[in-house]
Amino acid sequence: MSTATPGEAPGTTHDAAHGHGHGHADPTAPVPFGVLAGYKTGDEMAHAVEKAVAAGYTHVDGYSPYPVGEAADALKFPKSEMGPIMLIGGLTGVCAGFIMQYWANTWGYSLNIGGRPYFSWPSFVPVTFEMMVLTTALSGFFGLLAICGLPRYNHPLFNSVAFDRATRDRFFVCIEATDPKYNKDEVTALLNSTHPESVEEVME
Amino acid sequence: MATAEVPARNTDLPLEPEMHPLVQNKHDLVSVGDAIGNVVLKGQHPRGWWIGFLAGLAMIQFLALAVCWLFYMGVGIWGLNVPVAWGFAIVNFVWWIGIGHAGTLISAILLLMHQKWRTSINRFSEAMTIFAVMCAGMFPLLHMGRPWFFYWLYPFPNVAGVWPQFRSPLTWDVFAVTTYFTVSLVFWYLGLVPDLAALRDQATKKWQKVVYGLLALGWRGSAIHWRRYEKVYLILGGISTPLVLSVHTVVSFDFAVSIVPLWHATIFPPFFVAGAIYSGFAMVVAIAIPVRHWYKLEDFFTDHHMDIMGKVMLATGFLVTYGYFSEIWMAWYGHGLYEWGTTIERMFGPYGWSYWCLIGFNCAFPLVFLWSKKIRRSEFWMELICISVLIGMWFERYVIVITLTREYIPAGWGNYAPTFWDYATMIGSMGLFLVLFFLFLRYLPMISITEMRELLPKKQGGGGGHSIMENAP
Repeated sequence: MSTATPGEAPGTTHDAAHGHGHGHADPTAPVPFGVLAGYKTGDEMAHAVEKAVAAGYTHVDGYSPYPVGEAADALKFPKSEMGPIMLIGGLTGVCAGFIMQYWANTWGYSLNIGGRPYFSWPSFVPVTFEMMVLTTALSGFFGLLAICGLPRYNHPLFNSVAFDRATRDRFFVCIEATDPKYNKDEVTALLNSTHPESVEEVME
Repeated sequence: MATAEVPARNTDLPLEPEMHPLVQNKHDLVSVGDAIGNVVLKGQHPRGWWIGFLAGLAMIQFLALAVCWLFYMGVGIWGLNVPVAWGFAIVNFVWWIGIGHAGTLISAILLLMHQKWRTSINRFSEAMTIFAVMCAGMFPLLHMGRPWFFYWLYPFPNVAGVWPQFRSPLTWDVFAVTTYFTVSLVFWYLGLVPDLAALRDQATKKWQKVVYGLLALGWRGSAIHWRRYEKVYLILGGISTPLVLSVHTVVSFDFAVSIVPLWHATIFPPFFVAGAIYSGFAMVVAIAIPVRHWYKLEDFFTDHHMDIMGKVMLATGFLVTYGYFSEIWMAWYGHGLYEWGTTIERMFGPYGWSYWCLIGFNCAFPLVFLWSKKIRRSEFWMELICISVLIGMWFERYVIVITLTREYIPAGWGNYAPTFWDYATMIGSMGLFLVLFFLFLRYLPMISITEMRELLPKKQGGGGGHSIMENAP
């Protein structure tokens, strides 16, 4: 499952010796995605993430069947972007909802209801509120998917048989091949030093 | 705030009573997944499932019949007339939407209050919310006469240049119910995504891997994704809390903004919200008792849950009763001729029996017995009390709507009698609810696998009693 494009393959063939297995040489050769280590507990996993980050790796991620907050903390990802995204979404809903009602009942189709002013803003409050909730929720949901790169049907990590248990009872750490410091042997040695249950190189 | 210290995450929290069976029976991450997931994946469905599903299927036939006849003949087949122009349609609408409120309350308000016992019931009460709102929404749509023009309710550019009238509570209702349905669906589905991923990886059959794989959206449990996920979940909980209060408030405005005696009251919004929670909890317990029995999920939905939910019902039951008292008190103390006259007619008029049914089913019976812990922990008694509350809350809406038969001058008085088609539609809506609910039990995990795992003590592989969102800073 190489990601190399057909056009680039012939021109890069002679570089094969330089890359450490990045696979520019042969489009059919397996390209490593990263080294994956499995653990029995969330604490061990979080500890391994911490160690990898301390060793200077940046393209690291932890995987767990339920949220392990320490892992995200260790990745220096203490705050997510979702708050501002949902705030902007909600504010958009507030403005759009209010302006919509103002325009519809004042200019678009003005009805005299018991002599009330056309712009009777207090009666616009409920719909404005509902629109805020609606847009906040939708921006949260779709924003989450977009920012996480979901939905996707496949992922290189799903090539690992052991990784099936990431949604069950095992915790994983993956140091990815895109990391500037990536070297298969060094990464494997580092992960082995954290007493994992399994270590393997996952191909794309 | 001293957020730098995060010792709470590293230590086991004290075990809460509802978790005791999970520990005693030595569950671990795998056994939790098997107990909940195999119900779906292996199709181990007890006889009770067929009883519930087929009962629903039988009832839904009435709906099909009633709707076909309605579309052919028009709303004249219902017992609607002046002065009661809404009748069963609005009674059932309010009843169903009230039932739905428990799901959002459990998933949102209890989440914010760190009530971890909610974990075992939030999934199926959220599902219940969605199905109840669907049943509720059906009634105004059918009542329109020409339901295929339902989109006229929404603002959209049209040739006639007509826009909705946003000063009307009925338009507010359209927005409130639409938002409520959409947000409940998003909340529910978001909670399901990690569980669907768990099912995808646990499945052995090809079609299950494909279907759950597609529905799981490629979730892989990345630490960074989890952090974002929890943040979204927390904010959704935060905005659903005012939402759930606003929806029934807006529903109550349908009545309270009018000038009908006993409708035009400031007590209506809180009174409606309390009633909604009361009936919603009753529905959750009424369904959970047989389901936990059939599916052997007593480890997850424990007697302790029934106890707590009984207490919530006791509290909301008293709030509702206070509402009834306040209505009478305001009518008497306000010296309003029509208010007091309508109150007397409501209690002792031709429909007085329905008022006393309401008091009996909603206040007298449940509120006497719910005080006892023994009763709150007894399946039989709780089932009885919950059904009584559901009937009582239905009568509450009936009593409110029937007020229209005796208001202001006697020349405007009239009668209301539901027809066979009213009853057929109501029974049919219950059938729709049952069918949808039992299909949900069959194809989706009825308890959140992820959150249950997280609640397990660390020794058993869990997150040490943390609930979702506590990792979200």
